[in-house]
Amino acid sequence: MAEFRNYTLNFGPQHPAAHGVLRLVLEMEGEVVRRADPHVGLLHRATEKLAESKPFNQSIPYMDRLDYVSMMCNEHAYVMAIERLLGLEVPIRAQYIRVMFDEITRILNHLMNVGTHALDVGAMAVMLYMFREREELMDVYEAVSGARMHAAYYRVGGVYRDLPNRMPQYQPSKYRSEADLKRLNEARQGSLLDFIEDFFDRFPKLIDEYETLLTDNRIWKQRLVGVGVVSPERALQMGMSGPMLRGSGIEWDLRKKQPYEVYDRLDFDIPVGVNGDCYDRYLVRINEMRQSTRIIKQCVQWLRENPGPVMADNHKVTPPSREQMKDDMESLIHHFKLFTEGYSVPPGEVYAAIEHPKGEFGIYLVSDGANKPYRVKIRASGFAHLSAMDEMARGHMLADVVAIIGTQDIVFGEIDR
Amino acid sequence: MEELKKLQEQLASAFGDRLVELQVAFGEVQIEVKPADLRDVMFELRDREEFRFEQMMDLCGVDYAAYGKGEWITEEASFRGFSRGVNAEDGVNFGRLGITGVYGVHNVRTNTGRRFASVVQLLSLTHNRRLRVKTYAEDDDFPVIDSITDIWNSANWFEREAFDLFGIIYEGHPDLRRILTDYGFVGHPFRKDFPLIGNVEVRYDPDRERVIYQPVTIKPRVLVPRVVRRDNRYEGLKPSGESTNG
Repeated sequence: MAEFRNYTLNFGPQHPAAHGVLRLVLEMEGEVVRRADPHVGLLHRATEKLAESKPFNQSIPYMDRLDYVSMMCNEHAYVMAIERLLGLEVPIRAQYIRVMFDEITRILNHLMNVGTHALDVGAMAVMLYMFREREELMDVYEAVSGARMHAAYYRVGGVYRDLPNRMPQYQPSKYRSEADLKRLNEARQGSLLDFIEDFFDRFPKLIDEYETLLTDNRIWKQRLVGVGVVSPERALQMGMSGPMLRGSGIEWDLRKKQPYEVYDRLDFDIPVGVNGDCYDRYLVRINEMRQSTRIIKQCVQWLRENPGPVMADNHKVTPPSREQMKDDMESLIHHFKLFTEGYSVPPGEVYAAIEHPKGEFGIYLVSDGANKPYRVKIRASGFAHLSAMDEMARGHMLADVVAIIGTQDIVFGEIDR
Repeated sequence: MEELKKLQEQLASAFGDRLVELQVAFGEVQIEVKPADLRDVMFELRDREEFRFEQMMDLCGVDYAAYGKGEWITEEASFRGFSRGVNAEDGVNFGRLGITGVYGVHNVRTNTGRRFASVVQLLSLTHNRRLRVKTYAEDDDFPVIDSITDIWNSANWFEREAFDLFGIIYEGHPDLRRILTDYGFVGHPFRKDFPLIGNVEVRYDPDRERVIYQPVTIKPRVLVPRVVRRDNRYEGLKPSGESTNG
């Protein structure tokens, strides 16, 4: 019999299953992982330091680029931290819009995560299905902010602008037939809310499609069931949050337990796993998409019935409208001061956390009364999850490492910051 | 509000003198402990029935060297001028220092024992509440704080990060290596006296046929100066503890 000796395997940083730039140094014994040492930081851009040298508002676009598959949720935590320091009240309509987009973002994130996870363990089709829906949701992003991914839509005091009354439509082109154009534009005849409602009427059926492909799939279950098991005690010790924590059977969701914005007015459930393995976490994510659909429907309903302002009326912090500036000296001054110097935030420290699709995303903000933050610390959930990689991968096969990376929902934008 | 009061009382009765400071602001409770007491306090926060902080959500370093100092002082406008390209006395350009500005390098040198703080965010699932624990390293030139990795395993990478970015040494950490910066990086980039543009840049040298490091060639500039404003709208607001949103 051949004798195997321990050896070291270098996984990544350029590996398709590494979800970005993860370098894993694996100590192997045959095909079994004995120790995993993730090397991170290849995407470190010093976002926190850059934010210290800019007025508060100018860092909002940086937040998009942290976890670049759940953009608006990152912004949310950041603007919420500033609003707490300012003691600023956000109009109720803006709060509903934020909640709706948080949930759209959650679905975007989970579609990406489950799709690529399936791709990593060998199921190509699921990703193609999921990206089809991501496309439509990114159109929603585009309609509201002008950008498909890096929206910079949440602002301190509300959101950048109200939902558009008209959903943008596809234009005729020589590459698209008349019939195709008609089909594509069918749902886009009305307002943005109509489009969202139409999409989420269809979406539960589409989730069923993904489930037919995966949930009872023999190969999928063989790859996930019993892999990367985390006990509830260890999940707490290792600072896990979000689906990673709920997959281990701990019912903890900031949306329910420490509700922010209008989550306490909405009706939804928290899906919880039992075994704490990769398969349970997959089920949690699928069910979260169903719950998000419920939340979005309630938001659409409310937003239809209740028009109103989407930005706080405090022009020391939020810009005045163009019309006001035409004949109001005060507004002109406010506008000038806001766009040259920004606003000063009272001294103090806050930690604002939200239930990000990946877990708890927190912003610890220290202000010393200046127009720039003194220190911004971004608490990324993926950072804590990846630090548990060693413990989760130990004793598993090399191929399971890929499944564990997938289930941890690793995105390097937020881990490396 | 009741919850905060309760937590405040419990903390005061449990730790007494060991709390250097206990403050409630913006709906959050924060305590400061001396580095010597840190581990004992942390153990009790985790294990005592009335606290039960099962999770350590975040640990980070903060460099307070430049706290409350602006680059553009409006009170002295008539005498210093509103020019943006002001140079500090020793000829060091503000932008060169990243955001440190007028307080420049020499001010940072004073050893106050209040420069580096390690800030921990705790979360109790049992009682559904949060607590922030702050510790200042006693020596600014060689900041050392006890590691809490064995109390909460999640602290492991967070402490490595704070070590990497601020140079805070966590005593008792099993594997204190750099984590975010490049292999072979020199310095601690998040310190306030580390320039925003960095010290070295990297490029491919066609002559030597390899990647080389060289001093930075770009010029730093400050687009919007840092201004500290004493705003009387917020004078009375600070310790109210009432958060309006969320």
